[in-house]
Amino acid sequence: MRLVAERIGHGYGALDVLSDISFSVADGEIVAVVGPSGCGKSTLLRILGGLERPRAGRALIEGTAPPGSLNPITFVFQDFALLPWRTVAGNVALVLEDRPLAAAERREMVAGALARMGLADFADAYPKQLSGGMRQRVGLARALVVRPAVLLMDEPLSALDAQTRELLMDDLTGLLAAERFAGVYVTHNLGEAVRLARRILVMSRRPGRVRSVVEIARPIAGRSAGDAELAAAAQAIWESLREEAVAADRELADG
Amino acid sequence: MAEPVPFRGGGFQPRARRLVAVATLAVLVAGWSLASRAGWVSPIALPPPEEVATALVRLARSGELARHLAASLSRLVSGFALGAGAGVVVGLAIGLVSLARSAGMPVIAALFPIPKIALLPLFVVWFGIGEASKVATIAFGAFFPMAVATYGGVDGVDRTLIRMAQSFGLPTLSIVRKVVLPGALPAMLSGTRIAAAIAIILIVAAEMIGANEGIGAFILAAGNLMQTDQLVAGVVVLSVLGLTVSGLIGAAESVLLRWRR
Ligand SMILES: Nc1ncnc2c1ncn2[C@@H]1O[C@H](COP(=O)(O)OP(=O)(O)OP(=O)(O)O)[C@@H](O)[C@H]1O
Ligand SMILES: [Mg+2]
Repeated sequence: MRLVAERIGHGYGALDVLSDISFSVADGEIVAVVGPSGCGKSTLLRILGGLERPRAGRALIEGTAPPGSLNPITFVFQDFALLPWRTVAGNVALVLEDRPLAAAERREMVAGALARMGLADFADAYPKQLSGGMRQRVGLARALVVRPAVLLMDEPLSALDAQTRELLMDDLTGLLAAERFAGVYVTHNLGEAVRLARRILVMSRRPGRVRSVVEIARPIAGRSAGDAELAAAAQAIWESLREEAVAADRELADG
Repeated sequence: MAEPVPFRGGGFQPRARRLVAVATLAVLVAGWSLASRAGWVSPIALPPPEEVATALVRLARSGELARHLAASLSRLVSGFALGAGAGVVVGLAIGLVSLARSAGMPVIAALFPIPKIALLPLFVVWFGIGEASKVATIAFGAFFPMAVATYGGVDGVDRTLIRMAQSFGLPTLSIVRKVVLPGALPAMLSGTRIAAAIAIILIVAAEMIGANEGIGAFILAAGNLMQTDQLVAGVVVLSVLGLTVSGLIGAAESVLLRWRR
C-alpha cells in the first residue's frame, strides 16, 4: 500500500496554507516533514488522514491495505489524545470496540499492544496518573493495536522533555524497524527527522510548498545518534530551512 | 545580616471541613434557641427550635409528614425526570446538530427567563388542576438549566478527542456515547444541581397555588392558621430535602467523575 499526496493545496478563508504538495510514502518507508511554524504541516497530515478535505488535489491510497489491518491510516497525536475517563487498557480497547472481534481476541490484542510498549503493569491506571512519556506510549499502543499500514505522526515527541524524548525515540525506531510500518513524521527536531526518515521533506513558509527533499539511504536500524552522515544531512536541512524560518519568524511578528 | 525571605504564598485554597460545617449549624440553632428563650423574638413570630422539633416529631408520628412528603416527592421525581431527560436530549441535539442548534438556541433564550411559576395557570387550563399541571411546571423548570448545561458541556468537549475517535473509524453513535457524553458529564452534573434546586422551588410554589397535599400546601395551611411551629417544621423539611438532593448529586459526582481526581 502506498499513500500518495497529489498536488494538495489548502487554505482557510483568505489564508493560503498549503500549495501544490506532491509526494508519496511507499511500504515500510518513513517520510519526515519539517518546516517553519505555521507552514501547514499539521494541516497536511489531517488531509492525508482523511480528517480534512483539501481545496485542491487529493490524498490517494494506492494498492490494498495489508490483510488484517483494521485501520490502515492511523494517527499518533502530539498531545496524546487519550480519554481521561478511561484507563490505559480502556483507551487502547476503545478503538477495537466497534470492530467485529470476539471479546477474548480483543482482550488479547489489547494486552499484546500494552506489553509491546512496556505498559503491561499500567493497564488499570488512568492517563492522569502517568508521565508524559508513558502517555505517549499509550498513544503508540493504541495505534499499534489496529495494525496500521501507515502511521501519521504529528510531533509525537514534542510534548516530552529531552530525556524522555530520547527514550521514546529508541522505542519508536525499534518499533518502526521491527514492524515495517510506513509513516509520515512531522517534527521540528531535525535530529529526529534524520534518525527516522528515509526521506525528509523540507517545506517553505506559508503557503507551504515542498522546498527540497533530502534522502538518507542508510537503514534506520543502522543509525545512531552521533552519526556523521546524519549530522551532515541535518546540517543540509537546516541550511535549506534557515531562510524560511527567519522569514516566517518575521512574518508572525508582523502579525 | 540575614533575614528570611518573607512568606507571600498560601491561601486561595479553601477546604470544606465537616466539623466546622456541623459546628456552624449547631451555633446557629443554639443562637436561635437562646433568642427565643431570652424573649428577644416572640414565639409566635419564630418558635424556638425545641418546639419545631416537637412539631416535627408529632407530624412524623401521625403520618402526616409522610403523606405530604410522598405527594411532593412523586411530583418532584416525575417532573424532574421528564424535564431533565428532555433537557439532556435537546441539549445534546443543540450541541451536535447545526439545525437543532439554530432552532433551539433562540427558543431557549426566549423561554429560559420566564418565571415558570407564571405558567402554572396556563398549565392548569391545559392539563387540569390535578397532578399533571404541577408536574409540567416542574418539568419545564428543570428542562432549561439541563439543556443549557448539556450543550455547554458538549461544546466544551476537546475537539482533538473527537478527531482522534474519527481517525480510528469509530461510528458516530460510539463517538457520542464514548467521547462526547463522558466529556460533557461534569457540566451536565452541575446542570443537574441547578435543575434540582429549581424543581424544589417550583414544587413548593405550585403546591401553594393549588394542592391539598404536599409540603408547600402544608406550609401554606400552617401559615393561615398561625401555626408557626408547624410552618417552620415544613421549612426544615424542605431544607433537609435540598440537602439530601445535593448529597445524592455529590455522591453521583464522586462515582462518575472518579477519573478527574
Ligand atoms: N481550522 C483552522 N481554521 C483556520 N485556520 C487554521 C486552521 N487550522 C490551521 N489554521 C492555520 O493554518 C496555518 C497552518 O497551520 P498548521 O497547524 O497546519 O501549521 P503547522 O505547520 O503544523 O505549524 P506548527 O509547526 O506550529 O505545528 C496556520 O496559520 C494556522 O493558523
Ligand atoms: Mg502543527
